[in-house]
Amino acid sequence: MKAKQKQKSMLSTLLTILLLTLTVTSCVDNEKKEYNDAADITASREMIAELTSPPNVPRGVGKRKAKKLIVNMEIIEKEGTMTDGTTYMYWTFGGSVPGSFIRTRVGDEVEFTLSNHPDNKLPHNIDLHAVTGPGGGATSSFVAPGHEKKFNFKTLNPGLYVYHCATAPVGMHIANGMYGLILVEPHGGLPKVDKEYYIMQGDFYTKGENGDPGLQPFDMQKAVDEDADYVVFNGSVDALTGDNAITANVGETVRLFVGNGGPNLVSSFHVIGEIFDKVHVEGGSTINENVQTTLIPAGGAAIVEFRVDVPGTFILVDHSIFRAFNKGALGMLKVDGEENKTIYSGVVQEGIYNPEGGGIQEMPIDDTAEVATSISNKSLAEKMESGKQIYMKTCFACHQVEGQGIPNAFPPLAKSDYMNADVNRAIEIVLKGKTGEITVNGKKYNSVMTRQAISNDEIADVLTYIYNSWGNNKTNVTKSQVDQVKDGH
Amino acid sequence: MKPFLRLTICILFIWTNSVNCQSKMVEIKGGTYIPLYGRDSLKVTITDFQMDVYPVTNQDYLEFIKKYPKWKRSQVKKIFADDNYLITWKSDSKLGANQSLLAPATNVSWFAANDYCKCQGKRLPTVDEWEYAAMADKTLPDARKLKSYNAYILSWYEKPKTFNNDIGTTFKNYWNVYDLHGLVWEWTSDFNSVMISGESRKDVDKDSNLFCGSAAIGANDLMNYAAFMRYAIRGSLKAKYSMKNLGFRCVKDSNKKL
Repeated sequence: MKAKQKQKSMLSTLLTILLLTLTVTSCVDNEKKEYNDAADITASREMIAELTSPPNVPRGVGKRKAKKLIVNMEIIEKEGTMTDGTTYMYWTFGGSVPGSFIRTRVGDEVEFTLSNHPDNKLPHNIDLHAVTGPGGGATSSFVAPGHEKKFNFKTLNPGLYVYHCATAPVGMHIANGMYGLILVEPHGGLPKVDKEYYIMQGDFYTKGENGDPGLQPFDMQKAVDEDADYVVFNGSVDALTGDNAITANVGETVRLFVGNGGPNLVSSFHVIGEIFDKVHVEGGSTINENVQTTLIPAGGAAIVEFRVDVPGTFILVDHSIFRAFNKGALGMLKVDGEENKTIYSGVVQEGIYNPEGGGIQEMPIDDTAEVATSISNKSLAEKMESGKQIYMKTCFACHQVEGQGIPNAFPPLAKSDYMNADVNRAIEIVLKGKTGEITVNGKKYNSVMTRQAISNDEIADVLTYIYNSWGNNKTNVTKSQVDQVKDGH
Repeated sequence: MKPFLRLTICILFIWTNSVNCQSKMVEIKGGTYIPLYGRDSLKVTITDFQMDVYPVTNQDYLEFIKKYPKWKRSQVKKIFADDNYLITWKSDSKLGANQSLLAPATNVSWFAANDYCKCQGKRLPTVDEWEYAAMADKTLPDARKLKSYNAYILSWYEKPKTFNNDIGTTFKNYWNVYDLHGLVWEWTSDFNSVMISGESRKDVDKDSNLFCGSAAIGANDLMNYAAFMRYAIRGSLKAKYSMKNLGFRCVKDSNKKL
C-alpha cells in the first residue's frame, strides 16, 4: 500500500516537472514572437492570395499570422478601350491595367508564379519593388509565351510597392500598362477603414493624337520625348468616371492605395474638395497629416485616407491640371448622405462686388432692365463675338474649346440634343447651376455645374454663341428671354 | 558513255524530285553588316546562302511527321519538346479546327525544327543569317533605318493571332523571301548565343555583346527597339520550348560555292 502511495507521489512530481518544462518552453516561444528581424518571422500554413482588379482591393490581413502565400499571375496582351472610339493594345498583369492588387503582410513567404499566355507575342518578367533581391524578381521570372516561372521571396518591409515588367525595352512594357501594386501590411494589419480602393496613374503614348479613333499603336518617339497623349487613372479615360466612379457614404473613412506606373510622369495627386487626413508618404511608414496634394513619383505609391463629411461628387485629379481636363487624369468619388451645412453651406448669398464702396449689395433688378433696353439690339455677329469671349473665359475649361465636353464627366454642347430641346432649360442651368443625372446624346452624365456669375446679357450672348456653333439649332437667345426665366422662378 | 548517261539521268531525277518535295529556296547574296548589338569592330560577314521563301507550313510539317513518327505529339521525347508541342492539333495527324494547312507550323520545339531541316538536307539559319535576310524591305537589302520598315514590324506586335494567317500574306522582300516579319517569330540555330539575362536593365553594364543594343535604345535608334524584341524573345527561349507564335524556315549553304 505504502509503496503504491510512493509511486503515486513520484508520478505526480514527474508530471509537475513535465508541466513546468512545458510552460517554460511555451514562454520562450512567446518571447520569440517579438521578432527583431522580419526575416526571422516563421510562415505557418499555405494560403492562396486573393487578387483583385482595380479599383477593388483584397481583404485586409487583419491579425493573421505570416503565411506561405501563393500568388498566380497571368500576363495577357489584349486590346482594350482607351476612350470612346479609341482602342489600345494593352499588355497586362492579370488582364487589367493596373495589374491585380496583391495584399501581403510582413513575414509572408510569397511563392510567385508568373505565366505568359500562349497567344502573347513577347517574353515578359516582373520586378516587384517589395522584393529584396537582385532585379526584384526580374531575373528569375523572365518567361516566354506559353510558359511559366516560379520564384519565392519573403516580404521584409511594410509599405505599398509598385511592381512592373522589366523586359527590354523596359519603357515600352511599362508604357503599355505592365504595372500594379503590392501591399505589405505591418504586423496586425493597417487600421480598419470603411472603404478601400485601388487607383494607379499611367501615361500613354499613341501614334495619333488624344481622341483619334481606332486602334492606336504605341509611339516610341513620343515616349522618349515624354509627350503623353493620355494620362489616365486605371488604364483608360473613363475607368473611374460615370458608372465606374468609386463610392462612399457620408461619415465613412476612405483609404486610397494610389500608385503611379509612369513610365515618365510624376503625379500630383489631389481630390477636389477633400483634404487627406493622413498620407503614408511615398507608401512608406511616415504619416503626414492634413495634406492637400501628394506627390507620387513614377514607380512609387502613396496611401491616402480621409473622412468624407458631406455628400457630392469629388473629383480625383493629377493636379498638373491639363492632364486632368485634357488627357484623362480624372476620376470621381461619389458620396451619398445627409448634407452638413456647417461644414459646407453651398451658396448662401450672391451679390455684386463694387470695390469703390458700398460693400455687398443685392443685384438691382431695375438697373439690369435698363441696360437691357440699351443693348438689346446687338447684331448676331456682335453677340457671337462677345459670346465667344465669355465662353472661353467661363465655359471652355469643362465643355472644351469645340463644345465636345469630356466623356463621362462634362456633357457636350456640340450637336447637343439636350440643349436643342429646350432653350429655357438651358438658360435656367446657366442661371442656377445643375446637379444630378442628365442624358445628353444618349449618354448619361452625373456631375455638378455651378451657377455662373455672369449677367443676364452675357448669358444671352454666350448661349447664342453656343446655339450658333458646332451644329446646334441656331437659336438667338435674347436678354429678355433670360430675364423671364430668372423672374419666372 | 552509257553509265555516264545513266548517272546523269539518275541525278536529274533525284534533283527534280527533291525540288518537288522541298519548298522553294532563293539565293541570298552574302555581305557585311553591323547587327543590332554590334559596333564597327563587330561587323558580321555573311557568306552566300539559300533560304526558304516561306516558313515551313502545317502541311509540310504533317508530311514530315508521317515520315518521322518520332516527332508525333504522342511519341515525342519530353526532353526534346515541352507540353506545348503541337498542342493546338486535334491529334497526331490532324490540325486544330481553326488551323489552316498553309499557315506556318508553330508550337514546334528547336529540336524538332532542327531535325526537320536536317531531314531536308538543310539547316536552321544562324541569328546573323536570319537578321541579315530580314533587314531587307521590298526594295532595299538594308532598310533598317527606314521609318516605314520599322513601323511595319512594330505594328505586328499590336496584331493579335497572326499565327493563324497563311504564308505569303506579308510582303516579298528584296531577296524574294516572304514573311520574315508580320507572321510569326522564327527559330534560329544559335538562338541562345546572344543571351539576355532576363533582367534587361542589368544587361546594360554587363560586358556582353547585347548590352550595347539595350543601351542604344534611344531617340536616334528606334530601329534597335524593333529588332530588340526579337533578341528578347530568343533570350527567353529554351530548345525544348514550343510557342504559338514561333515557327521556322530552313536555309542551306549556297550551291555556287560547291
